[in-house]
Amino acid sequence: MVNFQDLKRISDYEWEIPKSFREDMRVPVRLFATRAMLEDVMKDKSLEQAVNATTLPGLVGHVIVMPDMHQGYGFPIGAVAATRLPDGVISPGGIGYDINCGVRLLGSQISLDLARPHLDALATSLNHFCPSGVGQKGAVRTSEAELIAVCRQGSRWALKQGFASEADLRRTEEEGCVEGANPDKVSVRARERGRPQLGSLGAGNHFIEVDLVEQVFDTTAASVMGLEQGNLAVQIHCGSRGFGHQICTDYVEEFQGAARRFGIHLVDRELVCAPLDSREGQDYLAAMRCAANYAFANRQILAHNARKAFEQVLAGKVKDWHLHQVYDICHNMGKIEMHIIDGERMKVLVHRKGATRAFGPGSPELPEEYQSIGQPVLVPGSMGTASWVLIGTETSMTQSFGSTCHGAGRLMSRHEAKRAVRGEKLRQDLESGGIHIRTGSLAGLAEEAPQAYKDVDQVVQAVVGGGIARKVARLVPLAVIKG
Amino acid sequence: MSTAFGFRENQHTADWELEAWAADFPSLLEQSARGMYTLSGMRLQVGSRQRRTIKLHGDDAESLLVGFLTELLWLEQGEGLAFDSFSITVDQQYNLQAELGGSAISNLDKEIKAVTYHNLAVQTTEQGLRVIIVFDV
Repeated sequence: MVNFQDLKRISDYEWEIPKSFREDMRVPVRLFATRAMLEDVMKDKSLEQAVNATTLPGLVGHVIVMPDMHQGYGFPIGAVAATRLPDGVISPGGIGYDINCGVRLLGSQISLDLARPHLDALATSLNHFCPSGVGQKGAVRTSEAELIAVCRQGSRWALKQGFASEADLRRTEEEGCVEGANPDKVSVRARERGRPQLGSLGAGNHFIEVDLVEQVFDTTAASVMGLEQGNLAVQIHCGSRGFGHQICTDYVEEFQGAARRFGIHLVDRELVCAPLDSREGQDYLAAMRCAANYAFANRQILAHNARKAFEQVLAGKVKDWHLHQVYDICHNMGKIEMHIIDGERMKVLVHRKGATRAFGPGSPELPEEYQSIGQPVLVPGSMGTASWVLIGTETSMTQSFGSTCHGAGRLMSRHEAKRAVRGEKLRQDLESGGIHIRTGSLAGLAEEAPQAYKDVDQVVQAVVGGGIARKVARLVPLAVIKG
Repeated sequence: MSTAFGFRENQHTADWELEAWAADFPSLLEQSARGMYTLSGMRLQVGSRQRRTIKLHGDDAESLLVGFLTELLWLEQGEGLAFDSFSITVDQQYNLQAELGGSAISNLDKEIKAVTYHNLAVQTTEQGLRVIIVFDV
């Protein structure tokens, strides 16, 4: 168990659990959080899980933990860990079951004043066009051949089908397609689960939200992104659905044997891993990339359908009802990247589990228009509260493998939330606050109650204080669609 | 754990933690399955009954437990089936055969993404066996 006296203070927003804390740690843990936040997370097992993650072979630098951290399984949620190529390990549990869960932000020139009378209709139309909920089938039926094309091409497949524009792809992490995906490494079961679900939101904490750009903090960056105070924006939060869940399940199982064969000692079997240059490591990487591309295509189809919903409701009522893509980010992902660690430039596999890539200005991976400002980072808050648009910084590149936080972070268990909050009452409260709600499950709504999460403004303050992101704009919700 | 077998939900910040206990390993598998269904808010349709046989091998008790529950999730999400009747045998080499009786799902409140190995250990107690399972939801 980690206590406050075990932490070394670097600054008000940065702390360290030194390698000396436990004998089997290979690297220290670096925490971005305020003292108050750390005192809160000591109530669960987040820090113990972060220490466990430092035992993976081939780690470099630090295991980084973000202020939205909370207890997960294996890794804590909100963790970043980089392993040296070629023989450092890849850990499916360090990426998560919902591979390439992420967020897409669409901006608009639609002012709230003009849209206000139509918000309820917008919520209904989005709910109609964007399937959500437990076991819900997707908006697109795919054949086996099409699923294979989705695995290989991601958003490029969506472009060919008329679901995307070139501008959408340019403003998507990896341009919506991670190279090196190999559908032959994906099980029949994963393919069977993936085929019917493409173009669906799912349930849990996934949502589509119509937001108001309430406040702009960086007018230059906001202008480049096409975000203007007083206008509407749309967030889409979802991932690779049952396809990704099955791929992770398959490889966590396969890696149980692999870890034994490679003599890797595990403090927790969910941290199971294999060297990246092994057959097992390469197979998982190729399968994980299929799920990543599936998730890009999934969010792209949902964005296409959100545009249809806006057109249905607003065409002829406002001058310009179009939604342009601001960016699409992944927050459960493993990526091969170049970073400078202890003065040495090296190729590493960065595991981000509940953490967002946040590349600084000048990064060649960014589209031309974002080169000068840095990568847009999308940080959804809890339902009914604010969300943030941030940008990556030079400091995020040197301090956190170009990463920052991914959301508010849970504070309360789902069980506690349901005990404390009644779904129907919460819906009434949100609607009386002017937020239009569409949900398939009132119990699910209660689980996602704002009081079940940390204060996203404080989370953002911690990453900004730590220098690993800068504020661009704050969004507040007007309509929420969740499964 | 006041009764010889059962299950309950423990607190977990983000996911679901299920504690199950029973006199022997096949009964522990059954209690874990019933607990998983209860957490999901699973309800079965009245009417036509379905039967399925599952055969699995595990390297140890924990991998067999994960494999069995994962198989049930597959039947739930792939075929829309769940079960309320279990006849399970497990031999010394961790070979499992389960005869399951159930029907189509009429209601499911919550989707479980996966059964994890997080700190998973089947423990021997004075009453029998006990396990804590974390589900990703």
